[in-house]
Amino acid sequence: MDMPHPSPAILSRRDQIVAGLRALLPGDAVIDDPAETRAYECDALAAYRCAPLAVVLPRTTAEVAATLRFCHDNRVQVVPRGAGTSLSGGSMPTADSVVLGVARMNAVLETDYDNRFIRVQSGRTNLSVTGAVEAEGFFYAPDPSSQLACAIAGNVAMNSGGAHCLKYGVTTNNLLGVTLVTMDGTVVELGGPWAETAGLDLLGVVCGSEGQLGVVTEATLRILPKPEGARPVLVGFASNEVAGACVSDIIKAGILPVAIEFMDRPCIRACEAFAKAGYPDCEALLIIEVEGSDAEIAEQLARIKSIALSHDPVEFREAADEDQARRIWLGRKSAFGAMGQINDYMCLDGTIPVSSLPYVLKRIGELSRDFGLEVGNVFHAGDGNMHPLILYNANTPGQLETCEALGAEILKLCVEVGGCLTGEHGVGIEKRDLMGVQYTPADLEVQMRVKDVFDPRWLLNPAKVFPLDASAGRRAG
Amino acid sequence: MQAPGGAQVESAGGCLPPDPEDIYAKMKGAAMRPRSEAEVSEAIRAAAGPLAIVGGGTRRLGEVSGAVVETGGLAGVRLYEPGALTLVAGAGTPLAEVEALLAGERQRLAFEPPDLRGLLGRSGSSTLGGVAAANASGPRRVQVGACRDAMLGLRFVDGRGDVVKNGGRVMKNVTGYDLVKLLAGSRGALGVITEVSLKVQAVPEAEATLICEAGEVAGLALLHAALKTPFDLSGAAWAGGRVFLRVEGLAGSVAYRAGALRTALAGDWRLADGTESTKIWRDVRNVAAFAGKPGAVWRLVVKPTAAAGIVAQLGAAQAIYDWGGGLVWLLTEADADVRGAVGGHGHATLVRSLPGMAQPLLPPEAPAVATLTARLRASFDPRGLFAGGTA
Repeated sequence: MDMPHPSPAILSRRDQIVAGLRALLPGDAVIDDPAETRAYECDALAAYRCAPLAVVLPRTTAEVAATLRFCHDNRVQVVPRGAGTSLSGGSMPTADSVVLGVARMNAVLETDYDNRFIRVQSGRTNLSVTGAVEAEGFFYAPDPSSQLACAIAGNVAMNSGGAHCLKYGVTTNNLLGVTLVTMDGTVVELGGPWAETAGLDLLGVVCGSEGQLGVVTEATLRILPKPEGARPVLVGFASNEVAGACVSDIIKAGILPVAIEFMDRPCIRACEAFAKAGYPDCEALLIIEVEGSDAEIAEQLARIKSIALSHDPVEFREAADEDQARRIWLGRKSAFGAMGQINDYMCLDGTIPVSSLPYVLKRIGELSRDFGLEVGNVFHAGDGNMHPLILYNANTPGQLETCEALGAEILKLCVEVGGCLTGEHGVGIEKRDLMGVQYTPADLEVQMRVKDVFDPRWLLNPAKVFPLDASAGRRAG
Repeated sequence: MQAPGGAQVESAGGCLPPDPEDIYAKMKGAAMRPRSEAEVSEAIRAAAGPLAIVGGGTRRLGEVSGAVVETGGLAGVRLYEPGALTLVAGAGTPLAEVEALLAGERQRLAFEPPDLRGLLGRSGSSTLGGVAAANASGPRRVQVGACRDAMLGLRFVDGRGDVVKNGGRVMKNVTGYDLVKLLAGSRGALGVITEVSLKVQAVPEAEATLICEAGEVAGLALLHAALKTPFDLSGAAWAGGRVFLRVEGLAGSVAYRAGALRTALAGDWRLADGTESTKIWRDVRNVAAFAGKPGAVWRLVVKPTAAAGIVAQLGAAQAIYDWGGGLVWLLTEADADVRGAVGGHGHATLVRSLPGMAQPLLPPEAPAVATLTARLRASFDPRGLFAGGTA
């Protein structure tokens, strides 16, 4: 993984830059002790690390604006950071950059149940947003699996999804407004506690821009009344094709489960060995969850059962009570841990049209054999968002590189069948150099021009998203 | 060239003569009607002055200014996968054709785009590109979001004549910047949308609407209360002295939720289903009550609980409230200070003006937003060809 060489001019002004930041911010907001900045050297893509020049942890929008204006005037690159849970290296620093972390900005600013929104500072964790409104019977829908730790700032930057977005959508569908600070320190209010804007939807393009257009310090989020209940079923199949056909039939029938999760045999076996959830030993397994009152759940499950049985499953398991429901989810929820138990793994995130599922799984099996690395598949089947997990051993020289090469082939396959490189983790540094597979130079040029508008000097998280050679001229400027 | 759906797009050639039925073609007499992206690109590169991009001309704000580029030649469904809830079609594809195709599979556009022809006195045939460029969204927005939320991808030609693709045809996609959202609702200011990829929805088994007589303030309070329940409304509106609450889904579930709402909300509720329910929501969606009535028509998007207070300041104005009060259609006199009444609670667009009204059709933006917007427009359209785009 290439990163741009740090600027010697910036590194030589290190003390001056740190002193300048200290002059603007409270004493504890600026960290430059190498022992402490090391904590910010990577995010959840831990294979790549680089300690930043300094770390700034502001508490207010005004402090964020002061930091950005100073870095802008001094041409210092800034890497925004939420909770550092990015799986794509979205908040990985370079040695000549300042990390701007929003972790200390975690207040709830306003809750409004009549208008169904909450306004929070962006460092607040995803799950604690729901925590702030659940006593009133509400929740915040996007639920990335890192939701205990991840921050709203990162969710907005990456347009995060989750297991339940089949019904509720991803971050962009649940985001009403943000306070954005652009690189020159300008504070911009986009959207608000109303449904949409009348002019250009700047909020729509800021969400998912991976911290390259501005730093989000506050967010107005749509909250929803919590459903009365939820229940999963588990269905085992003798082939991936049949499981895929069953998913398609359920969706076509107009039943809208909140989640349809898919696991293939390597993943089922690993989870079973790890969590002992009592899963059937079969080729493919679906976990389908529906919501509503008891009667509504029963009505939906009856339809799902009749569709599933028409596909001749090897097992159809209903949950009679809370404990059985928990056991159905147990294996799926421990899938990543189970795979990690076997070996190091790399988690991919491509999305495919649901109809291509059997073909893609077959090809992944072939590629896995060609590269000599095992792959387990667990994914959100309802929306085609795949998470192939490639197992490798980081201590075996060359295996990381082989794993990355296999990962690239799998992502190219996703694009080839009409899908995309990343469904919810973001491009970051991880998929940056594959962007040319999905987009033409003209497609990327127009996206980079959007960054030119928000950050003409390309100082904000510049070495991400776009292939380095494509962005080289702009980053040099 | 190859379209994402695998279909062959027609190669460049001479432009077809304008559709004689098109009102904008009649107005200008010399509309360009490109048949492919390549022809759109040529038309843009060759343009000597401002262009007006026109689909069916059914929901444009204000007058056409500039040489008309009509998108009807960019028609055709390129891909439709009912099992994946996905449809990809050319921007000039008539909305009616898309809706008929979906109905054949018992599917539909979840965001139920309004038909504003009656309200605006237009006669054209709405196109998919026009719906996308206006982000046209109906009552179900409270449940499923807007048109922009159903847009999975698009292709467009920018003001430099470059063909651009963004997004795709899958439900989850965070690869690169989301220009789909930026183009949705951009009203032709950034480029000519040539193809749209949409997520569609299965038509539910049942639909029912609860109806209750109520004044505006009491009615809005009922809308807020209803949307706080877990009963998953797909419509919450007030019009003509009545509150309407819609639930859709499996038959048992619809019956259950309609019953539960009745119990939870005080009022003398009556249940409508079938064609009566369908007509209620068609009228709300299309603002049918204001069609043919004299006056200016405003579209307000506001904080729902602020809606009644805003309308109360405007005296004689008549209102229809949709989206639980978050969308207000207003019929007013020419001199009503609508934007003054809205204040900081949202924004107001003048969708049907009266002679002599000087207000801009679109609401003013805060200076920092206006600066970014102007720079984006200059970047997508450096020659200012689409300057009339957002009227």
